Amino acid sequence: MKFDYMSKPTIIPIGPYHPLQAEPELFKLYCDGEIVKDVKWETGYNHRGIEKLSESKTFDQVFFLVERICGICSTSHPFAFANCMEEIVNVEIPDRAKYIRSIIGELERIHSHLLWAGLAGHFLGYNTVFMWVWKYREPVLDLFEIITGNRNSYAMFKIGGVRRDIPNNLVPTIQKNLDALKHKLDLLIGVVMDDPVIHARTKGVGVLTKQDIINFAAVGPTARASGVAIDVRQDDPYAAYPLVNWKVITAEEGDVFAKIAVRLLEMHESVSIIEQCLEGLKKEKEGDIEVKVKNVPEGMGTGRAEAPRGEVFHFVTTDGGYSPVRHKVRAPSYTNISTFKKSCVGQTISDATISLAAVDPCYCCTERMAMVYDYYNKKPILSGKDMIKLSQQKTEELKKKL
Amino acid sequence: MLKELFHFLIYPGFLFLAVAGGFLSWFDRKVTAMLQFRKGPPVLQPFFDFLKLLLVKETILPAKGSRITFLLAPVFSLFGATVAGILIFLPLLNIKTGFAGDLIVIFYLLAIPSLAFMIGAMASGNPLASVGASREMKLMMSYELTFLLVIAGIIMKANMNIGLYDILNTQKETGAFIGSISGVLLFIATVFCVQAQLGLVPFDMAEAETEINHGSFIEYSGSVYAIVKLTKYIMLFILPAFVVTVFMGGLSWEGINILWSVLKILSVVLLITLIRNTNPRVKIKQAMRYFFIWMNLLVIIAIILIIFGL
Repeated sequence: MKFDYMSKPTIIPIGPYHPLQAEPELFKLYCDGEIVKDVKWETGYNHRGIEKLSESKTFDQVFFLVERICGICSTSHPFAFANCMEEIVNVEIPDRAKYIRSIIGELERIHSHLLWAGLAGHFLGYNTVFMWVWKYREPVLDLFEIITGNRNSYAMFKIGGVRRDIPNNLVPTIQKNLDALKHKLDLLIGVVMDDPVIHARTKGVGVLTKQDIINFAAVGPTARASGVAIDVRQDDPYAAYPLVNWKVITAEEGDVFAKIAVRLLEMHESVSIIEQCLEGLKKEKEGDIEVKVKNVPEGMGTGRAEAPRGEVFHFVTTDGGYSPVRHKVRAPSYTNISTFKKSCVGQTISDATISLAAVDPCYCCTERMAMVYDYYNKKPILSGKDMIKLSQQKTEELKKKL
Repeated sequence: MLKELFHFLIYPGFLFLAVAGGFLSWFDRKVTAMLQFRKGPPVLQPFFDFLKLLLVKETILPAKGSRITFLLAPVFSLFGATVAGILIFLPLLNIKTGFAGDLIVIFYLLAIPSLAFMIGAMASGNPLASVGASREMKLMMSYELTFLLVIAGIIMKANMNIGLYDILNTQKETGAFIGSISGVLLFIATVFCVQAQLGLVPFDMAEAETEINHGSFIEYSGSVYAIVKLTKYIMLFILPAFVVTVFMGGLSWEGINILWSVLKILSVVLLITLIRNTNPRVKIKQAMRYFFIWMNLLVIIAIILIIFGL
């Protein structure tokens, strides 16, 4: 959409620090009255240089590093990295490890979706939903503590398997907690899906059509809510997902309400996957959780995993040494955030903010360096163009090595 | 003279309203916390909040915009709320005021806080505050009409008396207005008007935290914001008191009646708290449509019922 910046529209800043977001990020809404005419996204408040850090760590350490890219989907990144490394090493992990991986991945999806549902309530001014949902999320985190010893950052993954086993005598406890959770989920779905005011606030808001999703290459629940059944678990099966029965949840409307519906129903699907995985665990021998990998050969690999927000993509080049030569991470929010250009423009500020929140943006995953400048005299050291040039040089160097 | 000053400053004036409002604010927060599985603040927390803002916190003034208007607006809102409170409470305490049309004056005085906040927000020069102010204006335009119609209904029910004192007397003779069908309809419309006037969810779009960052009040800090807070405490007391006066037969401070009076006020505040905790925020357009069409329709039906004596 063409928009005349010269006519000095009002800029409504969402960020860098704003109650709508837990992380620093700046959206400039160019508004005419209450109507948003254009959106500009500024990034770079949170850059930590993880890809570069990864090149100085051993493969085992990288798992702990990528786990800390994002606090919410702290298993998706190790999951994708493990898939990637196993492609390079070319090992097939034991079934028991596959089940455990899937259980952790799905529990994470449940806790992430619950977290989002609570936040969405808060963004709509519905703080009771916020508090209730986060209370219901606690048992999920307790489950994590039972299984891994941590509520967040589980440190479960390694090349060739997982670090800890889920003993079979723990299965009934997990099953009991899941049953309680299922009851709570039903309650929540009933409350949210039948509330007329929530319908009034979210239906027909921030609509993304099927074509928009394809144009912006959006992934995850954002895409599925617009009728694009894209899911890495289905399209490029990994871990235990081919071993269990489940279906991809989609909705057709593409508005905020559809995104809520997809996420809420996906949680039920996740519970069902976990239950089947627990059944699978009972059949496998206890303790058979890893394949010993002695060394990582020279090579190149890609790994994908379906994070709660969509596809996480890791690319690693190795040279036969102890650490990655190049490690590239692409998180789902990177593509999802760009859909704001479509979903927010032409809406009121109230609708735009909930549309921003509806894709569940995770900024620390998405963070890119935009420019380097001296903090004290504000003089730029490297501009965006310089950095693109640098990265092109590095690509050239890598190409020669291959 | 001394008596008037006492009425204005201490009882039932400023001090009484502020302290009672502070306790009601605590009640509101405690009930909210209990609904949300939280523990909630201690009883004196609203007063701590106020004193901290007044005495400890730094007051930052906006670099651009009109500073005097910005600083005076909360003071005006405080005056408006206090005077409205006194006019509501004097008849409740059986003190006959000098003039007959105080209901109309109260209606205008109750509009002053919202107006003052709007002017203060406009004077701050912040784009978010101006969005908040424009929303406040639209919201005011929509609920004021309903509120005026409600007052017309009350006057009709009270045999065309415009004085709060006479309305109370009529209720003593015929029973509380809320006992009739038209009274219930008027009561529902009034509660929603009160909700909008207090700026609580679902009508808190003027200060929507997650949209425009506390909109109208974004630039207020320190002791100026303390005055804003105090005004809000007072409004949380006088509006339910007004509802109790015109619908529930007023308050009384004798013997066991004190308990009933407190319960009446608390029940109205509880209703408001429950509404604000079981609804998401609506958009300004939806709020306008809600008041212009549905609430006005409700009040007009009530007025027709009053004509038929129901």
